Amino acid sequence: MLPLFQSIEASTVGQLIKNSPWAFAVIESIHLLALSVIGGAVLVVDLRLLGLGLRRQSVAEIARDAYPVLVGSLIVMLVSGVGLFASESVKCYYSRPFWVKMTSLSLAMLFTFTIRRKVTLAEDTRLRPIWMKLVALVSLTLWFGVGAGGRWIGFSG
Amino acid sequence: MYPLVESVHVLTLCLFVGMSVLLDLRLLGLMLKRVPVAEVTERLVPWMIAGFIVMVVTGVLLFYAIPIRSYQNVFFRLKLITIVLAGINAWTFHSGVHRTVREWGTAAAPPRRAKLAGALSLVFWAVIVVSGRMIAYNWFDCELQPQRPIINWAAGCVVQGR
Repeated sequence: MLPLFQSIEASTVGQLIKNSPWAFAVIESIHLLALSVIGGAVLVVDLRLLGLGLRRQSVAEIARDAYPVLVGSLIVMLVSGVGLFASESVKCYYSRPFWVKMTSLSLAMLFTFTIRRKVTLAEDTRLRPIWMKLVALVSLTLWFGVGAGGRWIGFSG
Repeated sequence: MYPLVESVHVLTLCLFVGMSVLLDLRLLGLMLKRVPVAEVTERLVPWMIAGFIVMVVTGVLLFYAIPIRSYQNVFFRLKLITIVLAGINAWTFHSGVHRTVREWGTAAAPPRRAKLAGALSLVFWAVIVVSGRMIAYNWFDCELQPQRPIINWAAGCVVQGR
């Protein structure tokens, strides 16, 4: 896999971002802004699943409204994230937090767009509250792994 | 220790700024349109306050680690000024148009003053987040002379006369 990572870093995009004095900082800022937004979109639904926050609305109502925000900010995260990655992919290859983040990200996206989506967008869920809470906790744990892993890439090496 | 505090500071963005963005988008009439504004403020503001407290505590700790460098950093100064502006905006909203939220809060699109507060809040917090991130870069540090006079002025650098 290392040759692949090396060629990504050697690519035009990778070199452009790496050699620019400000490109990384700008893309990083966009990544952070989208983090704030995706955080809100994930939290408001997970809190609702836990019976907190906007309790008087149904889970489906909150989730339907949060869904486009979630997808939109996730797209910005992924695009800006690929840019950051391209500028230092060899460093990422050797970074444990990077692999923690990628594993968490894959699981978080898989979970969010399958089980969580089904549970939260269903008009009438016959799930018991304990299962709803479990979905929220799994979601929060996985996304926390993504965020913490991401922050830690910057501290390692 | 520093990385840990820094991580908490960054991840609490999700709670504090994330919830603020939801409220701002509601004020702009862009999401949660069927949820009364009073409901959003009542249920989400306690979470925002909790997040804000964590942000301030971790932020002060981060500042204490590098006080002089922060103080003479243009982005740090910009960040603090914008936080004050965001505070004034929040206070104006709360003591102004939000007083009558029961009258207008159920409409999908709030009145102009509420929309303005939402839009300003989005802009201010975006500036705060970005300038916070930029504190890490040393482009405009006082040690790196020569800097443009405006940078030296904005950062409060003491430049030796020649």
